[in-house]
Amino acid sequence: MNICVCMKQVPDTNEIKVDPETHTLIRKGVPSIVNPFDTYAQEVGVRLKEQLGGKLIVLSMGPEQAKEAIKSCLAVGADNGYLISSRSFGGSDTLATSYILSEAIKAVEEKEGLKFDLILCGKQATDGDTAQVGPEIAEHLDLPQITYALDIVEKDGEIQVKREHDSGYDMISTKLPAVVTVVKLPYEPRYPTIKSKMAAKKKEIPVLAEADIPSIKLELCGLNGSPTRVKKTYTPVREKSGVKLAGMEAKDAADQVVKLLEEAKLL
Amino acid sequence: MGNLNDYKNIWVFIETECGKAKNVGYELINAARPLADQKGCPLVAVVIGKDIERVAKDAICYGADSAIIVDGPEYEYYTTDAFTKAMVTLVEKYKPETLMIGATNNGRDMGPRVSCRLKTGLTADCTGIDIDEETGNIAWTRPTFGGNLMAVIMCPEHRPQMGTVRPGVFKKGAYDEGRSGEIVKEEIHVASGEIRTTLVERVNEVAEAVNLEEAEIIVSGGRGVGSAENFKLLEDLAAELGATVGCSRAVVDAGWMPHAHQVGQSGKTVAPKLYFAIGISGAIQHLAGISGSDTVIAVNKDEDAPIFEVADYGIVGNLNEVVPALTAAFQARKA
Repeated sequence: MNICVCMKQVPDTNEIKVDPETHTLIRKGVPSIVNPFDTYAQEVGVRLKEQLGGKLIVLSMGPEQAKEAIKSCLAVGADNGYLISSRSFGGSDTLATSYILSEAIKAVEEKEGLKFDLILCGKQATDGDTAQVGPEIAEHLDLPQITYALDIVEKDGEIQVKREHDSGYDMISTKLPAVVTVVKLPYEPRYPTIKSKMAAKKKEIPVLAEADIPSIKLELCGLNGSPTRVKKTYTPVREKSGVKLAGMEAKDAADQVVKLLEEAKLL
Repeated sequence: MGNLNDYKNIWVFIETECGKAKNVGYELINAARPLADQKGCPLVAVVIGKDIERVAKDAICYGADSAIIVDGPEYEYYTTDAFTKAMVTLVEKYKPETLMIGATNNGRDMGPRVSCRLKTGLTADCTGIDIDEETGNIAWTRPTFGGNLMAVIMCPEHRPQMGTVRPGVFKKGAYDEGRSGEIVKEEIHVASGEIRTTLVERVNEVAEAVNLEEAEIIVSGGRGVGSAENFKLLEDLAAELGATVGCSRAVVDAGWMPHAHQVGQSGKTVAPKLYFAIGISGAIQHLAGISGSDTVIAVNKDEDAPIFEVADYGIVGNLNEVVPALTAAFQARKA
């Protein structure tokens, strides 16, 4: 089974702080990581590859520094990685991004001399949180999609996907090729070894720009290909001046809060 | 894309399963009602499913002016292929200016597939919908960067303007039995060969459906609760108050509670009257999911926990003592 994992390098949103004076994000010094949901996509992909054979290739669109994230995927089981990067791709919203990725997928198939059976993405990236790029890649390539996967198993040339729903899961099957977006797995992604890290470090990461993707239409890339526009951004203000009870016996504090709720007619 | 002025009306997709509507559809009717009034355009509920005429009537009673329904056995359970085809066919025929979809798993599966086929813009997971005064476009507000940043997005030159909206952000309107409106039936059928996925089995893991989005009182626990067993303390308090039990992401990651109970950016958005945050430090991702709460009561042993910045009432103390004391205090009040 040949597998393509679409991965995004994101800032670690747990580390982002808001400047209390200017109310803007402090991005300086925030580490870049592989989007956590993509690490699950990568792990389930590697397991399928180990079980069934084939190649696993990681694609990422982003700036030069995203090569680091690709290398960390190579260190945990990906065979090859490509960085998709060009000035003309900057400013892309999800429609343009998914278009570029879908064209890049075709170009990589050509270069590697294979056809992908399965295209895996994380459910969403933790910076944009849109969950749109996976389904849109499926649409551009006219493939079936299964989103919110909790696990994927292969069965008689098809896949069965455990898909999350509100009170449990659905087992959904589809023929290949297909696109699957992954939420979580019953197991954790593997760690690299020193040896695999060293090997990944040495590996060349080819960069694909528009010249390397023959079929790409530039008018569908970047800002030109993006129907949405960001009008403005702001940081949410959440300060409240509440009552805080400290240093009291539990019972007294509890009674006090219930009394206050009652007085405020909140019960 | 044709002429933008050809696109009229506001549409709300009402998601159904086995003939039953998800609440977020009705919430969106209520959210879209003032926008339709402001624009002076009809508000149309779009229902795709099986045996859904009742749902279309209810959507009108909740505030829609009319409804379009696509009814058929192929829509009993959601599939990407059938629902995308039905929705795209309807949009191409009627040309709505705006299309709102609940940001459920299925809504977020169908939304991008539809917007991509129509080559238009989709804003994901909105928490606010307004009309931009200058242009008349919809201004979609959404949290991004894990809730650290709010972004206002517009789709100026493509139609329909599409957005998915988080369940629980808006409240359902009053049900007015006297309201009536036209219900148009569209025959759109999808051959089984065109549906490329098959539902093999549905497994319900949670004994009863957890309905955090509509709960009036929520007792939520975080990492500070310490163990799955210790959630008993919160369940007792919840039972006393008739509340629903929620939790933070850390609790789900630790395997103490199923994901269905998770509140926050990657869980549910809630808007209860009372929200008890027990042993929850208040990571911004969690706060993003509770900002619609009327009153927040926090219990935490760390005096500097960020949850106290958003709490109306806070108790600094050991939750193992404070929570049973709260349960007892509420009990005493009833007696």
